[in-house]
Amino acid sequence: MTPDIFDKVKRDRRFQELVATRARFAWMLSGAMLVIYFGFIFIIAFAPKSLGTPIGASVITAGIPLGLFVIVSAFVLTGIYVRRANSEFDAITREIIEEVK
Amino acid sequence: MRTRCILPALGALTLLAAIVSPADAAGAIEGGGRQALNMPAIVMFFAFVAATLGITYWAARRTRSAADFYAAGGGITGMQNGLAIAGDYMSAASFLGISGLVFASGFDGLIYSVGWLVGWPIILFLIAERLRNLGKYTFADVASFRLEQTPIRSLSAVGTLTVVAFYLIAQMVGAGKLIELLFGLPYLYAVILVGALMIIYVAFGGMVATTWVQIIKACLLLGGATFMALMVLVHFGFSPEAMFRAAVDIHPKQISIMAPGNLVTDPVSAVSLGLALMFGTAGLPHILMRFFTVADAKAARKSVFYATGFIGYFYILTFIIGFGAITLLMNDPEYFKVAASGAYNKITDLLGGTNMAAIHLAKAVGGSLFLGFISAVAFATILAVVAGLTLAGASAVSHDLYASVIAKGRVAEDREVRLSKLSALVIGVVAIMLGYIFENQNVAFMVGLAFAVAASCNFPVLLMSVFWKGTTSRGVLIGGFLGLVSAVTMVVLSPAVWVKTFGFKAAYFPYDNPALFSMTIAFAGIWLFSKLDVSERARKEQAAYEPQYVRSETGIGAAGAMAH
Repeated sequence: MTPDIFDKVKRDRRFQELVATRARFAWMLSGAMLVIYFGFIFIIAFAPKSLGTPIGASVITAGIPLGLFVIVSAFVLTGIYVRRANSEFDAITREIIEEVK
Repeated sequence: MRTRCILPALGALTLLAAIVSPADAAGAIEGGGRQALNMPAIVMFFAFVAATLGITYWAARRTRSAADFYAAGGGITGMQNGLAIAGDYMSAASFLGISGLVFASGFDGLIYSVGWLVGWPIILFLIAERLRNLGKYTFADVASFRLEQTPIRSLSAVGTLTVVAFYLIAQMVGAGKLIELLFGLPYLYAVILVGALMIIYVAFGGMVATTWVQIIKACLLLGGATFMALMVLVHFGFSPEAMFRAAVDIHPKQISIMAPGNLVTDPVSAVSLGLALMFGTAGLPHILMRFFTVADAKAARKSVFYATGFIGYFYILTFIIGFGAITLLMNDPEYFKVAASGAYNKITDLLGGTNMAAIHLAKAVGGSLFLGFISAVAFATILAVVAGLTLAGASAVSHDLYASVIAKGRVAEDREVRLSKLSALVIGVVAIMLGYIFENQNVAFMVGLAFAVAASCNFPVLLMSVFWKGTTSRGVLIGGFLGLVSAVTMVVLSPAVWVKTFGFKAAYFPYDNPALFSMTIAFAGIWLFSKLDVSERARKEQAAYEPQYVRSETGIGAAGAMAH
């Protein structure tokens, strides 16, 4: 592995686009996770009563589906990232590597 | 019958006791003396031990190189690694502690488990593939990639060993108490048994054995928990409404179990706890090591996806199990210490403490045979987790401290692996001794401390060296050290440790969790002392960021999978 290869890749326009797009995508999803989680925590800290509101005539309160939503959203967000990274991003990466070989 | 002080020893509940609201730490496993020998549990446990020893034998025969020993030769698939990661995370403490918390206070258990899960997406988005692309065996490989080897590896090794030590003590003490209670085995024997088995797994089978033990245990635990949750749902005709209704009718706290209690009180504590759980996960050395066991970045990503799914599913199960325990146990005096008058407290009088809720529920839904199964699974769970910790600690000693710092990279591979095996033996023996010494101590704060150190030293060091070009060795060394020291100091001076554990009158630091402050100190320290570092070495390190950046993003030059 010579330093030239890293230089060449670094100057490759597709590489620059790839890392910019991927970073934007990753930070956006991280932001979504942080907002969801800390949103949940702040509701608990500032308005705990609201989560105790029963849904309709049920004994189930708003907090239960919301808590489940946070759990499911963590899984879904990782799924969204993996799907795009393992297809689109990996394909571009492979192209770049093939070329500099 | 020996009487013991109440010992809130198990990991996750410990965290609860340590950093959330100590008043809520109802869930202690009370060492109220041993139980009679539990035969089905013992038979099933020995079946597990026999199977894992068989795996260790098989793994030992195929473990030849250092890559095999530390990273299973990179031959673990994404799905397998996802299960192993989930296994590392689903400790006996999280299974018993969270279901016990749900049993005692309902909704609060959900808040707690959510906090444990949300670190995983962040690990995936920011760390997983870069770790795989840059590292070889330990996270110190990544942190010291373009920095000075000796100081950065020393710091990472100290961070690793600190986390491993605190985590391991909490697990060993918890294991001893739990096994004493479930199997009727004396505390010291239980601790020695756990220590001996973990030494065998790690020293002979390395990462291959450690990973497969973890995978088997994860499957058993997920299977057992699924069965329990299903039986609870069957009981209520698959109507959550009926289950929650029954729980509210039976539970002494009534409808308030459906809303947040006092787990989260003020915003600063809430954020600090959230940060520690989220980023502490991303700094746990035994978890980070798992990313080197897969072939490439693609598999590393997949493993986080699967792990998040399994862990999330598991937490939903523990929530159902907790509510099931409320409905099926609370009206049955069989599971409680009943006074002569026939009265009992439906929460605090549960035999063995609220952390035994899931164990008692196993008996209620599956009889004594299933109780034996779940007890054996709980034991297996502890074994698998301590084995992972031991391997992480041994790798830090042999790969980081010995091979890089002391021998300056001039060491034969087989010698390094031999030293790692020896380290595993030493760590195991020390863990047994510490487990014995701390038997009657309150070790509740130790898992909280492990997470705080992971979030305030390992994680900032890793993140800054990978993401910021300006990072220099001096910055990382000083900042990481400040994070480590401030986290430990603040935890020791906090209400949970200074007042509740040591018995002093007033705490010097007002919050039980320091992450918000110690993480800030670490990041600011790394930034500031890197900025102030204008040495020739610093300039070279910053110039070396470019190739590191390209490799971290593309995997060019990364170590591939080793074929067997």
